This record gives sequence, structure tokens and C-alpha cells, in this order.
Amino acid sequence: MLRFVVRRLALMVPTLVGLSVLLFFWVRILPGDPARSLLGQRATPAGIAQVNERYGFDQPIWRQYLTYSGALLRGDFGFSIRTKESVLGVFLDKLPATIELTVVALVFAILLGIPLGYYAGRHQGGWLDTAIVSGSLIGVVTPVFFVALLLKYQFGIQLGWLPTAGRESNRTNPDHPTGFYVLDGLITGNLSATWDALLHLVLPAIALGTIPLAIIVRITRASVSEVVHEDYVRTAEAKGLLPGLINRRHILRNALLPVVTTIGLQLGLLLSGAVLTETVFALNGIGDYLYQAISNRDYPVLQGFILFIALIYSLVNLVVDLSYGLIDPRVRAS
Amino acid sequence: MTVPTDTPESLGQEREPGEGQPGESLWRGAFRRLRRSPMAIIGAAIVAAFVFVAVFAPLLAPYEPASTQWTELSTPFFVQGPTSDHLLGIDRWGSDMLTQLIFGARQSLVIGVVSTFIGLALGAAVGTIAGGVGGVVDTVLMRFVDILLSIPSLLLAISIAAALGKSSIALMIAIGVAQVPIFARLLRGSMLSQSRSDYVLAANALGLRRRTVVMSHVLPNSLGPTIVQATLNLATAIIEVAALSFLGLGTADPAVAEWGRMIVSGQARFQIAPWLAFYPGVCIAVTALGFTLLGEAMREALDPKQRR
Repeated sequence: MLRFVVRRLALMVPTLVGLSVLLFFWVRILPGDPARSLLGQRATPAGIAQVNERYGFDQPIWRQYLTYSGALLRGDFGFSIRTKESVLGVFLDKLPATIELTVVALVFAILLGIPLGYYAGRHQGGWLDTAIVSGSLIGVVTPVFFVALLLKYQFGIQLGWLPTAGRESNRTNPDHPTGFYVLDGLITGNLSATWDALLHLVLPAIALGTIPLAIIVRITRASVSEVVHEDYVRTAEAKGLLPGLINRRHILRNALLPVVTTIGLQLGLLLSGAVLTETVFALNGIGDYLYQAISNRDYPVLQGFILFIALIYSLVNLVVDLSYGLIDPRVRAS
Repeated sequence: MTVPTDTPESLGQEREPGEGQPGESLWRGAFRRLRRSPMAIIGAAIVAAFVFVAVFAPLLAPYEPASTQWTELSTPFFVQGPTSDHLLGIDRWGSDMLTQLIFGARQSLVIGVVSTFIGLALGAAVGTIAGGVGGVVDTVLMRFVDILLSIPSLLLAISIAAALGKSSIALMIAIGVAQVPIFARLLRGSMLSQSRSDYVLAANALGLRRRTVVMSHVLPNSLGPTIVQATLNLATAIIEVAALSFLGLGTADPAVAEWGRMIVSGQARFQIAPWLAFYPGVCIAVTALGFTLLGEAMREALDPKQRR
């Protein structure tokens, strides 16, 4: 097991190094010289000279890459052109908001998706199955930002049930020791702040969770309907086991393996979707900041954020692979 | 084949002795199954309607595209809804909504098809070379694909589009390149599994050149899954075009109608005219649904397990 983890972590190194090379040259292929594209419209001859010296753009390209990668290894990811903040600092600052959003969205998708998919798989051909399958198809093809807008309009603006912007109402909780607003309320004993933060997450999480929900429903349904016909299920029934036990231990557990893989694969979708969802709901997370960086051509931020996202994405995929062992003893043995 | 009174299910059961005769090719069988699948028929109908509208947009649209001559009918306080002159009302900028939606179909189709073609061509080249040559070339190419896969595909598209600037061509390249890893993996995987099959062994034993084996045996047999993937990717591409436009990365030319951007502009009048954003959103979803249904029906039809 440990060897597997070490091997996988080692494999991540060339990928991330390769990515850093790509991202390095990415700024180089931009039209115009790099200093000008870094400075954007505010480029003055003096500013360009300053940037050239600071980033060493006048040096040979391989040396520039060494300087760049050396800085990366020291944890220096550069500074935002727009706000002058440290890229790493901003990322860590915005990360809790995005983690909160993606976790709540994924929990929503899993808690609703597995039961729905299970029901549909056990009752194939029924009207509810047809409804669930059609609903999941519509869920897959509807753009995240469109769902977000519809929810915002209907439940936020028309009905006024839920907040539509930001992470908390004004001054609900002035203390944010962790940056996770839901947790902060619990830590500081301010339960109304936790409730407030959760209310702010409802609409964005539903919007972001729609596509993962639809995919989880479909995979669970397909998987359950396959497992139901397995010999061991028939054996369990023949032995006279209680239906509840068969459903839990024989059907659900075996059907869950492809579902876990799928849940892991949703992470990329969630991170991409977060950019769109956070933009609609002004959530001030990584996605929202990335969007502003795109609009302002803030390349150091784009470079750094993409590298961090790739790192998180690879790490979570590793965790997903490891979790198979918890569900499937065959994987554990090999 | 001509038993009109039979339902698809009973056909499948009754004709069992005749089904999948040894002489029936995979393609013919797949097409036969496809014609019976309601999913495929609905999907194909949506796709056909979409392509028809996109191709004949100038003939179908009631007005000239981007003629913003009804600006007085779209103000922050009032937006003209459906009338006999404007079946879907007026859009945010004072153009006829229906006309804009029809020309938006054109934009979606062109960007969707071109980007998927870019992804398919590059991905197929990488996958075929990696799977066909093997060895160091395979390792290097697949490491490169891994790097691209380490970024979620929409984020990859966003960063490429952000670097290339605001234009339709940038969108095509960005969405296309983001699809490369999928096709590369798919083709390499199927090349590898094919190269262990009996007919490739036979071709090798006959002393055929490696290139002949790859080009005329392995590649054609990998075609099915590739076509399925391309159809499904068209759905994703159309959604991604809208998403990138939504983020302000699409074409900067205001005369070009694009569904994603229509949603953005509709947002400004959401309180008084939610349909401004609703219509283009529904267009995106329905078009993506068409390609998804068709792609999945094709996948089922081409699945050898379905052959009976």
C-alpha cells in the first residue's frame, strides 16, 4: 500500500514539472513581449524595463526557466499584477470558500444521487425510473451557469427565500479563524453565523451539484441493475437472507465501486464549475478570483492558480484510488 | 426488416435466429439497432433540426442578424415580449430574439464542430502514434497527455482562450486542445487492445508491414468508439463555448450572435424579462441533449455485447 502511494506521488512529479514548463512557455507565446503582456495596458517604457530586469526577461530562456522553477520550489509564485498580492497568499485565502462550496455540492450530489440511482436501478421501467433517468439526462446537458442563474432568479429574487450573493450576511460573524465560514461559526460559538453561511451555500451548491448529481444517478442506476443479476445475489436470496441485508451488503456495496470512481472524476467538473458558480453568486473563492484574473489578463495569478489546481486535482485522484481498497477487498489484496 | 406491426422488443426476440448472422457486419448491425432505438431517433431529430437551422439561418431568420433597430423596445424598465412581428420578443440590445437565436445556432455549430475536429485530429494523431509506435515515443506522448489531464478540461480551455485573446478562433483552438487528451487516450487504448487480437496476429504472421497493419486493420476497428466519443464531445463543446463566452472569453464582435453571451446580456434585465436569458439557455441544453442522446445510442448500438 505504502509503495503504491509513494509510486503514485513520484509519478506526479514529472507531470507537475511538465506543467510548470508548459505554463512558463504559455506566457512566452502571448503576442508581444512578455513584459508588455504582463503589464497589459499600463505598459510604459520604464515599466517594461523594470519588469524585464525583475523577471530576467533579457536572459537566455533556459536560465529564465531555472529562475522561475527555482522560485516555485521556494514557494514563490509571484505577485498579482492587479492587486500586487502574493499569488500563494491569495490562493490560500480564497481556498476555504471554494472547498466549502465544492464539498457541500458533492455531499448534495451524493446524498441525493445514490438513493435515486439505487431506486431507479431496482425499479427499472417504472414511471419513477423513467422520470429519474430523464431528469438526470437534462441535468447533464444543462450548463452550470444557466442552472445557477435560474436558481438565483427563482429562489433568490422572485421568492426571496435565500441569499444570492456573498458568503455571509453583513457582519454576522466578524471572526474567521479558519476561513471556512461554516466552521468558524461553530468554533466561535456563533451558531447563527454557521446557519447564515449554510444558507448562502444552498443555491450555489445545488447549481454546482446538478451535473455530478445527474452523473452519480446514472452510474449508480447502471451499476445496481447489473449487480442485481449477479449469482451471489441469487445465492443470498436462496439462503433466505433478509432483503434489507441483501440490499445493503450484497447489492449496494458491490454497486458502489464504479460510483466511487465516478465521484472522484467529478472533482475536475466541480473545480471548473466553481469558476462559473462563484461568478454568478459572487462567492469570492478561487473561481471568482480566477475569473477576475482572466478578465484582467493577470498572468502570474492564472499560472499559479492552474498549478495549484492541478496539484489538488492529482492529490484527490490519488485519494480516490486509495479509497477503492476500503470498499473492494480484491483491490486491497493486489 | 419489413415487419411494421412488430414492436422493437418483439422483433429482437422473435428474429433471434436471424439476428447477427455471421455475415452481418458490425456496422450494419449497429445501424439496424440504431434505427430501432427511440433515444437515437429523438437525438438524431434534434441534431438534424439544429444543423438545418444553423445551415439555413439566413433563410429562416425573420430579420437581418444584429440589426438593433428596436432599441426603444428593450430598456431597463420594459422589454418587449412575444408579438406577431417578433415571435420571441426583443433581446437585450434591441434585436429580434428569434433571429439572434437562429444565428446563435450557426455560431455554436461552427465552433463545436471545428473544435471537436481539432481535438479529434490532434488526439487521434497522438494516440495512434503512441499506440502504434510504442516504446519511448509512447511514454513521452502519454506523459504529455497526463500533463494536460492534470488540469480540469474547462480550466484548460479557459487558460488557452485567455492567452489567445477574444475571438471565435481562440475558442475553437482552446476547446479543441482541451479535448486532445480524451481522444489520445481513447485511440491509444483501443490500438493496444486491438494489437493483441487474432486478426492483427494473423496480419503480422502474413508478414504485412507494420504501417499497413496499423492503418488498414487496427485503426478502422478503433473507429466506432471514436465516432461515439466525438458525438458526445460535440455536446460538451457546445456547452463549453457557452461557458467561455459567459466568462467573457468569446468573440468580442457584438454583431456575432452567441447563446452563452446572450445569457450574459440577458442577465442585466433578469428582473423584468427573465426569458432573455431563458431562451438561449434552453437552446444550449436541447442541442447538447440531442448530441448526448445520439452519442449514447450509438455507443449502445456499437457495443458487441448487444449483438445477438
